[in-house]
Amino acid sequence: MNDNSELKLNNGSRIGVIGGGPAGSFFSHFLLRQARLMDMDLHVDIYESRDFLSAGPKGCNMCAGVISESLVQALSIEGINLPTSVVQRGIDSYVMHSETETVTIRTPSEEMRIATVHRGSGPKGIRETRWKSFDRHLLEIAIETGANLVSRRVKGISLSDGKPLICAKEGEAQVYDLLVGATGINSPSLSLFENLGIGYKRPSTRKTSITELPLGLDAVSEKFGSSMHVFLLDLEGLDFAAFIPKGEFVTMCLIGDGVSRETVDSFLDHPSVKHLLPNARSAAAEACHCSPNISLGDAANPFGDRVVMIGDSGVSRLNKDGVGSAYRTAKAAAKTAIFEGISSDDFRKHYWPICRKISRDNRLGSLIFTTVNMMKGAQFSVRGSLRMCQKEQLKQGGQRRMSMVFWDMFTGSAPYREVFMRTLHPFFFSRLAWEVAMGFRFAGDGGSMVRRELWK
Amino acid sequence: MEIGALGKSYCDGETIIGQGEAGDCMYVIQEGKAEVIRESEGKEVRLSTLGKGDVFGEMSLFMREARSATVRAIGDTRVLTIDKKTFMRRVNEDPSFAFRILQEMACRIRKLDSDLVDLITRP
Ligand SMILES: Cc1cc2nc3c(=O)[nH]c(=O)nc-3n(C[C@H](O)[C@H](O)[C@H](O)COP(=O)(O)OP(=O)(O)OC[C@H]3O[C@@H](n4cnc5c(N)ncnc54)[C@H](O)[C@@H]3O)c2cc1C
Repeated sequence: MNDNSELKLNNGSRIGVIGGGPAGSFFSHFLLRQARLMDMDLHVDIYESRDFLSAGPKGCNMCAGVISESLVQALSIEGINLPTSVVQRGIDSYVMHSETETVTIRTPSEEMRIATVHRGSGPKGIRETRWKSFDRHLLEIAIETGANLVSRRVKGISLSDGKPLICAKEGEAQVYDLLVGATGINSPSLSLFENLGIGYKRPSTRKTSITELPLGLDAVSEKFGSSMHVFLLDLEGLDFAAFIPKGEFVTMCLIGDGVSRETVDSFLDHPSVKHLLPNARSAAAEACHCSPNISLGDAANPFGDRVVMIGDSGVSRLNKDGVGSAYRTAKAAAKTAIFEGISSDDFRKHYWPICRKISRDNRLGSLIFTTVNMMKGAQFSVRGSLRMCQKEQLKQGGQRRMSMVFWDMFTGSAPYREVFMRTLHPFFFSRLAWEVAMGFRFAGDGGSMVRRELWK
Repeated sequence: MEIGALGKSYCDGETIIGQGEAGDCMYVIQEGKAEVIRESEGKEVRLSTLGKGDVFGEMSLFMREARSATVRAIGDTRVLTIDKKTFMRRVNEDPSFAFRILQEMACRIRKLDSDLVDLITRP
């Protein structure tokens, strides 16, 4: 049993971070930065088994690679620059596709404030690596701040006399004052934490699909420019589908409750997709592909005395901005460890509120995604929403209520609570009801599959 | 502009913010340089030169007043806009987020102090 007065970090304290993805790197960077402010000298080891300098699965943390508008802004204030050697494309607009229509929504600021990146050094088979890995970039920032990288897989953890022990492959067990779990949600090592005796239980997950379509720089620029494409299609088991333009690749990302090989095929064969990218199926045939899990909720008890779980292995945002929530939880845990302490009570009082805030917001997010899914089943309502967007986009000035709802929802730029509150505005509701009624009339008029570019 | 460049580009001499304008956002220089200019009685005084990573326009986030100076690009400059809402949302969740702005303001006060001393002691 630990004495609470001992559960503080001091000069010379040792911290072991398992996982050098965004959460682990952000944590180490902020912990060391804040320790310096307090004139504290800490030793931080980051254990990371991936080599982010390698192309293909060996160096990749499997993600769509969209760095949200809010995170891009936050990082620039924190002094964490995202250079053009890392950012493959700046994004300033979203193109939304329904079964029959296409609408473009531009950034409210008309500025490139969303970044697309590759988490590793690019998909398998890539010949020339022109852009640097995003995860490597963050890891280097943590190393520059003073963290020590241990490029090994952790295979065992335990608590001995209340202190954490980390045992890495081909290494001796190391004793730490604080153990940080930043393993993400796709690591078998989560069971190590579940067996540690702190009551930790990993978040629930669902399968997703990512395919890196090798279209070439010119084709990506010509076809996609600085726009992401999102699809609101009525396909079984599919909640979210998007094409995300990078440098020479376009990432196809599908998320839903039942994403399988068949879902991918039916998406690629859908007329809306074929209309945008007639060669998508052939490009996907040989492309680098993976089916990672995505977090669906919260971990139970993501902390104990001298232990804290951050990023995806703790709590992360539903469907959006996972890297943004890794930043928020990592910084909150680092601040707690430096300024409050490292006991279970300290984490409960000072770290858990941030997790709870994300978690509560996710509940509203879930409600919003359910509503959108129901709307997808009745395409006239999607048509109505897109018509509303189109009119807002064509009008100079004025409120862009529907555009902002879609923008914040798909970009993850604002909390789901804000998106939800926008939809409660009486004007939003009456306008939407009118446009949906018009959409219904359209459908009645024939609703043929003629793709109409509502706004470009 | 490179395809991975974030923010908005300005060319040499272009005004990014103008003195006297209303504003509810701040900026971080991503690439290049900018000059801060105060216009008074038809004359322009250059107050400082900003470079990569520097923040400006933050005063209007805290005070509901017009921009106190003009900021112009020197050469090709790229600037990222930070919305008031995004900034305040983060500060509310994590007050230490404002630390860098405090540091920047402290540096400016120190520079002002030394400029003032120079002015007073100059023969
Ligand atoms: C299909 C899909 C699309 C997504 N799209 C986006 C998006 O566009 N934008 C966004 O912000 N988020 C997105 N996310 C979510 C995002 O990927 C995660 O939220 C984010 O990666 C979490 O960061 P993390 O550091 O917690 O975990 P991870 O990124 O998973 O990093 C964990 C690290 O720990 C290492 N590790 C694990 N176990 C061990 C061990 N035993 N020893 C040593 N090292 C270990 C791993 O190698 C890995 O590097 C997406 C997720 C999915 C599945």
